[in-house]
Amino acid sequence: MNNQTVIRAENISKLYRLGEVGTGTISHDLNRAWKKILGKEDPYLKIGQINDRNTNSPNDYVWSLQNINFEINQGDTVGIIGRNGAGKSTLLKLLSKVTKPTTGNFKLKGRIASLLEVGTGFHPEMTGRENIFLNGAILGMTKNEIKRKFDEIVDFAGVERYVDTPVKRYSSGMYVRLAFAVAANLESEILIVDEVLAVGDSEFQKKCLGKMSDISKGEGRTVLFVSHNISAVKNLCTKGLYLKNGENCGFGEIDTIINSYIRGGAEDLNISYKANKISKDTKAQIIEVKFRDDINTFNVFEEIYIDFKINVNQDIQGCTPMIIVYDSYQEIFKTFASDVDTQILKNWSIGEYNYSIKLPPIFKKGNYFINVEIGELMAYPVEFIGNALTFTVNENFQAEFKSYSSIRTGMVAYDIKWEKESIIKSK
Amino acid sequence: MSTKSQKWTEVIESKNSLFKIDLVELWRYKDLLYMLVKRDFVTFYKQTILGPLWFIIQPIIMTLTYVVIFGNIAGISTDGTPRFVFYLSGITFWSYFSETLNKVSTVFKDNASMLGKVYFPRLILPISIVISGLIKFFIQFFIFILFLFYYFKTGTIHPNYWILLTPFLIALIVTLSLGFGMLISSLTTKYKDLIFLITFGIQLLMFATPVLYPLSIIPSKYIFFIKLNPLTGIFECFRYGFFGNGDINLGLLFSSTIISIVILIIGVLIFNKVEKDFIDTV
Repeated sequence: MNNQTVIRAENISKLYRLGEVGTGTISHDLNRAWKKILGKEDPYLKIGQINDRNTNSPNDYVWSLQNINFEINQGDTVGIIGRNGAGKSTLLKLLSKVTKPTTGNFKLKGRIASLLEVGTGFHPEMTGRENIFLNGAILGMTKNEIKRKFDEIVDFAGVERYVDTPVKRYSSGMYVRLAFAVAANLESEILIVDEVLAVGDSEFQKKCLGKMSDISKGEGRTVLFVSHNISAVKNLCTKGLYLKNGENCGFGEIDTIINSYIRGGAEDLNISYKANKISKDTKAQIIEVKFRDDINTFNVFEEIYIDFKINVNQDIQGCTPMIIVYDSYQEIFKTFASDVDTQILKNWSIGEYNYSIKLPPIFKKGNYFINVEIGELMAYPVEFIGNALTFTVNENFQAEFKSYSSIRTGMVAYDIKWEKESIIKSK
Repeated sequence: MSTKSQKWTEVIESKNSLFKIDLVELWRYKDLLYMLVKRDFVTFYKQTILGPLWFIIQPIIMTLTYVVIFGNIAGISTDGTPRFVFYLSGITFWSYFSETLNKVSTVFKDNASMLGKVYFPRLILPISIVISGLIKFFIQFFIFILFLFYYFKTGTIHPNYWILLTPFLIALIVTLSLGFGMLISSLTTKYKDLIFLITFGIQLLMFATPVLYPLSIIPSKYIFFIKLNPLTGIFECFRYGFFGNGDINLGLLFSSTIISIVILIIGVLIFNKVEKDFIDTV
């Protein structure tokens, strides 16, 4: 029984229109209708492009999701991971029927309860009690179900004393607890949760995670969970779905998926980047990016040198090379932009240029990923290379550097001097 | 392993048929309908001193204003019906129609944040607006009946058996405001300009409907246009039933009925088509 498929996604795609939705709608609609009369395909479905926010594209349509296929079995807890804008929330929206897919279909077995936001439909003027019934009804519960679960909900939220007070008088923590409590007590076969744990204090977050793991492990219900909190996903989920730019980059055991996410989907660690072919069509081109001495493993406090070779094909005003460093969770760690340097901002004439930069020694132990781009002053990037370089920082240091090791909390490793001056000397 | 003979309980498709309306599902969400109506009613008077009395104060003050302006100052005829009860009847029915139409036509926009986060049959929302409005309407209608009784006692009005048509007339107004509102709300998800059109369009419509005047004072060259308005037949019919003044026109009432039903059907169908992905454009 446990291996029964409860969700099957077949060729799911979702097209979104960028820019100002609403302008030019009539002309696009007429064009669509005309093509339909002629028996042709919708002209706007073809031109959609891969959803990569970093590239600038002339057309207004973008595939937020493209050809997603997967099967989820009963009792699976699936973590959906990916960077911001990878299509995670879109996928959940489609599954919860907030909007419909552009192509493809989902086949489901059982009732879906989705929690894309806590407290949907809460009315500030109504009491906690009234809001439990309203919110429960919005989420698809019947009045009797809510009545049966009422005490449990109030208990989980810890708001017994305030249950007949309007929720506008609640603290934000109480509000969120009450809202989550309603949703967590839904009786559905499939539960969809989107990033709700971003709210509330850490104690409450733990409680939520505990409740969700009860739901999946104890009650055998299927849970789909989106979060940027990789450790939460790892603890909670058995399966993973990795989305990148709207495409399915892997579906399987959670550990495998998290590893491939941490590597950014690239199988190998890049020591250098070389342009495939040198072209004169663009204003400027990144020819080569590499670590000096071709080494990409460093120690904490080691300085990291990166060399660039850039061809400028047209005179550009203010060419600004820039590198963006991501940490292993694909969050931006630091952006190093050259536009602060007035020398570089001067006009560039046609020619080849060598650059070299030195990254400050602020990296703690871990894997890092570097995106490189060159841009024009106040304009879109001329060229962008995702994941051009990767590097690893290790901790091989003597005992006196212990305070910078990864067991210390904080983002960066940085050496400061403690100056001590004795005011009163003891004997 | 998954068996070949899978029984799916639900399929979410990219294409949806115009005529697929899931009434079973709608019924399953009846408790939500109840809660939404309760919310509208309860939050209306929360933290006010007079509470539900506001439902009554509003139309009475408006009626008095109309008595002074349209009656005493402008001197528009009411076909011999006492002005107060004439205007009160018009306001009671008209404010139900205009408020329902207004709310239903902006239902997607007003509830976008909620609709963007959770699924429930979208039809629940317009239906809840209609019912919340009806509760308010019946309170006001009850007050109207009290005044009607008073004027009946004084012998200035002559109610007759046509009064029995009132439930049917109310149903027609519900049908018309719901259907028309859903039609507009579906179109406004894409064409925002309609929202501006509708707010002043409703105001204009009031002057094209015999709310503040009887049909009998309309010059014959305009009467054709006034009769095109499906509300005309409804308003004339209840006036005749309550006051015994004016004329009953069954042909007009019949055409009102047909138009209302057609508009409701078109409204429901288009609403049903748009609701699936309106959130992308709203």
